[in-house]
Amino acid sequence: MINPNKKRLRRTMMFLSAQKPGLIKDPYIYKPDSIMLDLEDAVAENQKDVARFSLFHALRTIDYRGCERVVRINGLDTPYWKEDIRCSVAGGCDAIRIPKTECASDVMLVEREVEHAEMEFDRPQGSVLIMAAIESARGVIKALDICEASGRLFGIALSGGDYTKDLQTHITGTGIELMGARQNMVIAARAAEVQCFDTVYTDLNNMEGYRQDVENIHLMGFDGKSIINPRQINIVHEIFTPSQKDIIFAEKVVKEIEDKKAKGIGVFTVDDKMIDIAFYDGAKRTIKLAKASGVYKGDL
Amino acid sequence: MEIIKPAVAGTLESSDCQVTVEAGEGKIDFSLESSVINQYGNQIRRVVFETLENMEVKNVRITIIDKGALDCTIRARVEGAVFRSVGQIDNLPWGGAIR
Repeated sequence: MINPNKKRLRRTMMFLSAQKPGLIKDPYIYKPDSIMLDLEDAVAENQKDVARFSLFHALRTIDYRGCERVVRINGLDTPYWKEDIRCSVAGGCDAIRIPKTECASDVMLVEREVEHAEMEFDRPQGSVLIMAAIESARGVIKALDICEASGRLFGIALSGGDYTKDLQTHITGTGIELMGARQNMVIAARAAEVQCFDTVYTDLNNMEGYRQDVENIHLMGFDGKSIINPRQINIVHEIFTPSQKDIIFAEKVVKEIEDKKAKGIGVFTVDDKMIDIAFYDGAKRTIKLAKASGVYKGDL
Repeated sequence: MEIIKPAVAGTLESSDCQVTVEAGEGKIDFSLESSVINQYGNQIRRVVFETLENMEVKNVRITIIDKGALDCTIRARVEGAVFRSVGQIDNLPWGGAIR
């Protein structure tokens, strides 16, 4: 079964500790595209057991009003991850995020447990998606294998903190230490036709630096960014949502290419810019993104 | 389920509640402290008893300090305390006794 949500809009994915009732009761008011309910690092070791009960009931009873509900499970090297999957799938989560993914077999291992849980809790096969967080040099090198490891995998995400530790550097705020990983991951994700998400920006007081960071990853080709504070959401949505100017130009490109194609003309100009068939997919993508973002009023 | 040892789940943070369970004296002995006890006391009591009934806990002294928790949080904390008291952390009955 192909899950219709596999390629949904995911500009922002907001991290929330599953152990904090005050955080998980109403994050939809900030309108992130996805929320990521965390059972891993945000939950203290001695609270792992009880966090699952909060998660289960939140998933079962809170109406998140269209926000996708992703659960970050504990690492595959811990005793928790299998029960995390049972709890999440039984609760009705939309997707599982695998932390510290190193290779394709990590994804396959999780896929098997998700399949079992879907059967155990009577959920349709394929209804639970998977995403993989890449947090090491090895994971970055293996990004393409990871992307292609499961039909359920909708995307990969960079986790900058652990990655830079592994690389023996640190987060500078400039992004220089993340350049290689970001580029490699976007290329791998595009080759495998899955989505790619950037790491969090942890300096909440530097909104200027944050905006620059979001602009950079947008230009690099990422689909969205992990968020740690509601204040960060609007900037991502603003930058990742096509402007009216972009939409109007994309509409012209699509219409002109279709019109000129019928007349046997391959290359021409739109608003003084050279256009040929190579611009078609990009323009269609802009229209699709505008539709998904709720800002398209046209007829394409 | 029988309460084996005293256990606590939850915190005293806003929107949470702290639940303590201990072995009872043949019945459910319920005590509640909440700033909204006049408005929601009966509702909280109903949720706690229903959650205990789902797990077939009939013999317990349960103490709740509520800080404005939603029903789903109250359920989670009661279950958390009960399963801690019996030491079960895997193969939990999601969707069964936990519902």
